[in-house]
Amino acid sequence: MNAQRDARTLTRNLWRVTAYGLLILMALIFLIPVYMVVVTSLKEAAEAGREATAWDLPSKLNFESFETVWNDLSPNLRNSFLLVTAATAISALVGSMNGYVLAKWRVPGASIFFPLMLFGMFIPYQSVLIPLFKFMDNINLYGGLPGLVLVHVVYGIPITTLIFRNFYVDIPNELLEAGAIDGAGFFGIYTKLVFPLSLPGFVVVVIWQFTQIWNEFLFAVTLVKDQWQPITVPLAETAGGISVNWNQPMAGAILAALPTLLVYIIMGRWFIRGLLAGSIKG
Amino acid sequence: MYNRKDKAIAFLMILPSLILLAIFVYFFIGQTAWYSVSDWGVDPATALKKDVEKNYVGLDNYHTLISSASDYEFRLAFISTFYFTIFFLGACLMLGFFLAFLLDQRIKGEGVFRTIFLFPMSLSFVVTGTIWNWLLKPKGGLNILPQKVFGLDPLEYKWLNSDTTLFKFEWLKGGTLFYLGIALFTFALFTYVAQKRNLSGFWVVAAGLVLWLISAAGFWDKIWLPIDDPVRDLGTYQGYGYNAALSGIVIAATWQMAGYVMALFLAGIRGISEELREAARVDGCAEWQVYTRIILPQLRPIALSAIIILGHISLKIFDLVYAMTGIDNKYVKVPGILMIKGFRSNEWARSSAVAMVMLFAISLVIIPYLWSNLRTEKQS
Amino acid sequence: MSKRLLSLCSLVIVFAVVVGSFAPTARAQDDLSGSLEIFSWWAGNEGPALEALLALYNEQHPGVEVINATVAGGSGVNARAVLKTRMEGGEPPDSFQVHAGQELIGTWVAAERMEDLTFLFEEQGWFDVFPEGLIDLLSTEEGIWSVPVNIHRSNVLWYNPAKLEEWGVEVPATWDDFLASCPTLQDAGVTPLVVGEAWTVNHLWESVALGVLGAEGWNGIWTGETDLAGEEFLAVWDTFGKVLECSNFGEDNAGLPWEQAIDRVVDGAAAFNVMGDWAAGYMTTTRELVPGEGFGYAPAPGTDGVFMMLSDSFGLPVGAPNRDAAVAWLTLLGSKEGQDTFNPLKGSIPARTDGDVTNTELYNTYLQSAAADWAVDTIVGSLVHGAAANENFAGNFGSVVDLYTTSGAPEAASAEFIALCESSGACGG
Repeated sequence: MNAQRDARTLTRNLWRVTAYGLLILMALIFLIPVYMVVVTSLKEAAEAGREATAWDLPSKLNFESFETVWNDLSPNLRNSFLLVTAATAISALVGSMNGYVLAKWRVPGASIFFPLMLFGMFIPYQSVLIPLFKFMDNINLYGGLPGLVLVHVVYGIPITTLIFRNFYVDIPNELLEAGAIDGAGFFGIYTKLVFPLSLPGFVVVVIWQFTQIWNEFLFAVTLVKDQWQPITVPLAETAGGISVNWNQPMAGAILAALPTLLVYIIMGRWFIRGLLAGSIKG
Repeated sequence: MYNRKDKAIAFLMILPSLILLAIFVYFFIGQTAWYSVSDWGVDPATALKKDVEKNYVGLDNYHTLISSASDYEFRLAFISTFYFTIFFLGACLMLGFFLAFLLDQRIKGEGVFRTIFLFPMSLSFVVTGTIWNWLLKPKGGLNILPQKVFGLDPLEYKWLNSDTTLFKFEWLKGGTLFYLGIALFTFALFTYVAQKRNLSGFWVVAAGLVLWLISAAGFWDKIWLPIDDPVRDLGTYQGYGYNAALSGIVIAATWQMAGYVMALFLAGIRGISEELREAARVDGCAEWQVYTRIILPQLRPIALSAIIILGHISLKIFDLVYAMTGIDNKYVKVPGILMIKGFRSNEWARSSAVAMVMLFAISLVIIPYLWSNLRTEKQS
Repeated sequence: MSKRLLSLCSLVIVFAVVVGSFAPTARAQDDLSGSLEIFSWWAGNEGPALEALLALYNEQHPGVEVINATVAGGSGVNARAVLKTRMEGGEPPDSFQVHAGQELIGTWVAAERMEDLTFLFEEQGWFDVFPEGLIDLLSTEEGIWSVPVNIHRSNVLWYNPAKLEEWGVEVPATWDDFLASCPTLQDAGVTPLVVGEAWTVNHLWESVALGVLGAEGWNGIWTGETDLAGEEFLAVWDTFGKVLECSNFGEDNAGLPWEQAIDRVVDGAAAFNVMGDWAAGYMTTTRELVPGEGFGYAPAPGTDGVFMMLSDSFGLPVGAPNRDAAVAWLTLLGSKEGQDTFNPLKGSIPARTDGDVTNTELYNTYLQSAAADWAVDTIVGSLVHGAAANENFAGNFGSVVDLYTTSGAPEAASAEFIALCESSGACGG
């Protein structure tokens, strides 16, 4: 009996050691690119371009690439921040209102237009691109950030609506009905009862939209003029091969990744909730 | 609470969103569809004329895409994307499950590991592309990693510029059979889904779709579609297949998305009650049997979600490829890039047709998914 | 940097919409007022040349507010391509950069968006100062469509003289000579010819084609006189294939910028490179080499006496909001002063034959030799850089090359070339 238990504990311990080993191995593999980015970005231009010594630590720490990249890309960073702030705030509010309507008000036709709305988040944006420019040009919003904000808000409606709707469905109807008995109307219920409960929903949506819009590329490259391009555009261009010096694209990648990475690390749990919500499971 | 006035307000509040989406999604798709059946840019001389007259040309642009020698690039891109999707999905699902499984072993520091596996998700495809572009250089990066770590010979794998074609695929070989195959496959799929989910509505759609496909196949095969690929007889042309140069993209994409699948699976595993697992153990199941008999079957719907989400991302992949290989890469071609490339030569109709094909492929995956999701929700 | 940019967009036309308001335009030249937006892709290294030109314009017409709109960034190719759609309902700009020749003619002229500039050429006496071959490239029967600012040469072979001597290889006069020296170089562990990313391969093709077909045969492609299914044209593909076998093609050329390709020549890892003569600017400025010593140059094999040109030019769109200011800008561009201000900084030669090219303070050894050739050589237009073929052809030409390199079949490539000729209407007939 004891021997059997010992054997069991042994296999269990062995297995746990193996599991830790595998996890650490996988973690190292996942971190390879991080190592490479950091190391390369800290090298001098000539050293950074040498493929044979790519894995070696920099012979001398050199922050020149960050300086260059910062000088070149800070206007784009500013654009990205402006864009993301405006678009995220607006789309969160819109999504919250839509979610409230869909979850708590039996709007006629909702069972038809809700799936039609959701379809909008899966389409390849190439399929709307050409009419989209023409439209943006016609309404004089082509080329600047306001136009890009509008586009991100509109194409963000499906996902923000979905997240808020699923969030609000869990608020008991009795609570709202109690509010209604107290004489609150559509807006009263929203401002007094629903909105105060929405904080977690807002956090999820804000994080989700923040990362999505920050990382977006297709609209960024096609809908704005040069001086308003968000950071992903010049980054893709340097990576496309113009740069001979790999320390710069790497430093650029760090710069472009940092904001979303920080959000993720600080608010990881909410980030995951957004991910799961994105897969529609109601 | 539901008085008429408030209901009207509720509707008014959601109306702007509906109108915007109606324009930005459906109206624009409609316009693209119209361009794709027009001759806009087919004659280069008038491509940029002011208020150019666009004439209806039927499905000519699509016909050109699938049959002309000059558009072999499109077919290559499409088949590449198909294979890319399979490999990318396979890699993500397996790796994602493996990681979720490891993390489920009551690991100390689970949070740290989870963070590490999931952080690439928060990056832009452009950032990922930039990094992996450097990591996959032919004479550096991953190729010399074994050398650096274990002192082995450097690899010579051409991650992004191999011209090896694997799993070759003969385009339109044996015309009718090909379409019949598609029709039967679709039929089987729909039947399966319908039975599984007990959805009678599916039968109608399935039957319609199958009838449509069969008749279309019969009709097109003779009149519209070529039975043979015009490029095949030229020289030593290799046919279409999985281009090994896509491996680099698969690796980068998997690195970015595997954590997502892990998160989905982990959430799923955690959702299975501990009692159920304990019960299985009491019944004499070994630990691995708990996974194969209890957990895996329960994860099926989650796996399906993951497949749909990743599948649609991979069918429209653009940024990652753009950042890794640029527009004019000989080895790596995907429809998302070709669509943009067409702008350069003012081929608006052709670009629109490419975009519509992408939309169609994605719709095949997404529409049934949305449908079944909403139906299940309604039932519950 | 910007040659990659330039060539990426060689297939693209840039367009701008006038920003800002403008006051009523006065008639007299000296008190022009209002604004003038100049749209170009000259940023980075090429920025100073344009700025010098704009400064000169400001000196002459102080009343005009000049807006220098450059679209920087290499792959801005998308952004620029997309800008075209705005023209559908957009307002015309004052003046914009475009490659001289078919890139403009096949697109904007065909679309009836440009104004005929014959009047300006007559007024300024430019028929006497621009070579006839160049004016032909700028013209259709209906008129002359743009003012060329500079000239670059596409068919140049670059090498490192000291290294060639070390390997005992001579500069090849024909492609056959090159192929003959290929094994020697390979045995020495040197890449005989280095190519870079996709467009540089296409760039090589045009030099090979010119070398095999000669000037007449090359021009015949665009007039329909060269038999594209004939022996000679098949030989172009065949030679091209053999040349590629002597190169790094398929090994590590994908994604290799042209600067890095030519670096290999400078550093002795490769023997030759075919690139446009903006490479001379890169090697003299960035690599600080002396032309003729640190790097050598020759016409691409088999193309001696032929100058395959490309030129940046500016045109006048129909309905330009500040037409007078734009005409003054074009006048400056075509003037001797304008060309001699711009070109030394850009690293190109003036399109005018009376430029101050013998002035060693302005033009270096390479540019002087190019200018000498420009005056006497037969002039033909570049395909890849927009002079000989329209955008549709140039934009799709890459896939013909891809088809050839994939199939290795000259017949397939020729057939595809002919199909592209027909669909794009680029080859006459």
